[in-house]
Amino acid sequence: MAEAEKSEAQDVITLKVEFTGGLEMLFSNIKEHKLSLPAKDEQDKATTVNYLVDYLCKKVMKDRRKELFVQDGTVRPGILVLINDADWELEGEGSYELQPEDNILFVSTLHGG
Amino acid sequence: MADIDNLVENLRREISICEDQLKSLKAQLAATESRKPPTKNGELPHSPESAPESADSKVSQWPLLSEEYERYGRQLIMPEVGLKGQLHLKGSSILIIGIGGLGCPAVAYLAGAGVGTIGLCDGDYVERSNLHRQILHNTYKIGISKVDSAIDYLKALNPNVTYCTDTPASRYLISDTCVLLGKPLVSASALQTNGQLNVFNFPARPVGDLTGGPCYRCMFPKPPPPESVLTCGEGGILGPVVGVMGVLQALEAIKLIASGNIHCRLTDQGYSDGERVSDDSQAPQGLIFSAYSSTPFRSFKMRRRRGNCAACSSHAIITRESLRSGSMDYAQFCGAISPISALSTDERVSAEEYAAIERSKGVNLSRNKSSGYGHILIDTRDKVQFELCSLKDSINVPYAEISASDASPHGVEELEEQEEHEKEADWLQMIRKMPSDAPIYVVCRLGNDSQLAVRKLKELGLDESGTRQIRDIKGGLKAWRDKVDHNFPNY
Ligand SMILES: [Zn+2]
Repeated sequence: MAEAEKSEAQDVITLKVEFTGGLEMLFSNIKEHKLSLPAKDEQDKATTVNYLVDYLCKKVMKDRRKELFVQDGTVRPGILVLINDADWELEGEGSYELQPEDNILFVSTLHGG
Repeated sequence: MADIDNLVENLRREISICEDQLKSLKAQLAATESRKPPTKNGELPHSPESAPESADSKVSQWPLLSEEYERYGRQLIMPEVGLKGQLHLKGSSILIIGIGGLGCPAVAYLAGAGVGTIGLCDGDYVERSNLHRQILHNTYKIGISKVDSAIDYLKALNPNVTYCTDTPASRYLISDTCVLLGKPLVSASALQTNGQLNVFNFPARPVGDLTGGPCYRCMFPKPPPPESVLTCGEGGILGPVVGVMGVLQALEAIKLIASGNIHCRLTDQGYSDGERVSDDSQAPQGLIFSAYSSTPFRSFKMRRRRGNCAACSSHAIITRESLRSGSMDYAQFCGAISPISALSTDERVSAEEYAAIERSKGVNLSRNKSSGYGHILIDTRDKVQFELCSLKDSINVPYAEISASDASPHGVEELEEQEEHEKEADWLQMIRKMPSDAPIYVVCRLGNDSQLAVRKLKELGLDESGTRQIRDIKGGLKAWRDKVDHNFPNY
């Protein structure tokens, strides 16, 4: 799969995906991930944030506790998703179509004080 | 000896409180005296101490007290505050909920800046482990209520402010209350090396008006699963991290109040937000602080109000009545992790029982791999905590590693697949190499993770089909300290 992606560079989107607020713990303690995603999904539609979330679960997350990241098919309650430093609600939430060099930040909300 | 030490500490504490009270009374006296109106014929008030202030005491036409011009001078000359802003501050009231790592610095700056009335709300008592970050409390205040301790400090800092007290509540309850009362909420949180800051419900427009600022529920309609929520006691916190967030909260509050735009007044024509300078197209900003990141401060555009928000939308189900009647169960809504009781009694030993076992059959794992000499003690805390202090000969396997291990039975396909992709975790291989008849004991900080770990170890087949005992130490290292070794560190 990785080979196919590389061979058609124009069909690949590179993204900066970040985790903070403790979520990085689920992603091998790495806060910043440079990812290359196909520009189109299996149905030949532009890849979205939903696609990214699924991709992160399947390909990036080593921790088996998936329920600490996704629940009911979407990011679990208590995680804020920022698309280029804006709440994803302002950008269409999961159906936002990824653009090259987008910055997607997942923040777990904190409750200490 | 310990009794005498306690007595000395208690006396010190009482003296400190009395001294604080004395200081506070003196300050109040000074403040009240400076407020005394001049007598009819322009003569000086009788108090001899106020005589040198005669020039000031005549000029009651000034909007602030002479003491206040001096106290607030450095912020009064700033255009962002000025006389108008200072009067806004003096006329404002703020409720501080929680006088911990955030509340302490926040309220100190707000009282210092001259917010006229400050409410304090916290049901906790000062503990030694609070003191590295909760800067209003001190060693002599240990055991005193945080509210009382804070008031002692604040009265000495600024006796012009009125301080009131109340009982604590949760984030959802606080947000809902602010929405219903039409008050903005300056909210912050901090954990480990991270912090977050949001101003919710600003502009504080009426329920159902989508142009108002989002509330906490708009952003988080569902509470996070309780098992994903870490407290400062569990996750840890750096003092300056929570301090930064508390200070930023105070700053946001001062910005809101001094601008004069905070009030949302209902009029016959609808309502207005003071001078309404805010540009509606501009979403309010939130802030994420991450101390160890290459970009420690990041602002982001907050979302708009949620069209179906339970608190602030036209479909709201939370009302003043439902809050007053107590029909909303916030604790249940957020869920709670109740003390875990996952094991049967024969799967557990008390700290005292373990102490006896340890004395009679010391832990020795390497002597003879084929015989059952001794036992294995697994400590499931994080590596950092383990390095702070641990029981003799215990092996550290953090619970996160245990829980992340594959618990599926060793079916043939499973095994093949496992060998292809990854081999068994290092810790598991290590335990499997130890005598398979040596009983395993599991300990953690408080006795919750250790139970779950026992479960998991059995699922992983370490109980050798039930022939080997795997048990947890009830109440963890806390019980060990309370019942067996009082010198074991209490962190
Ligand atoms: Zn809302």
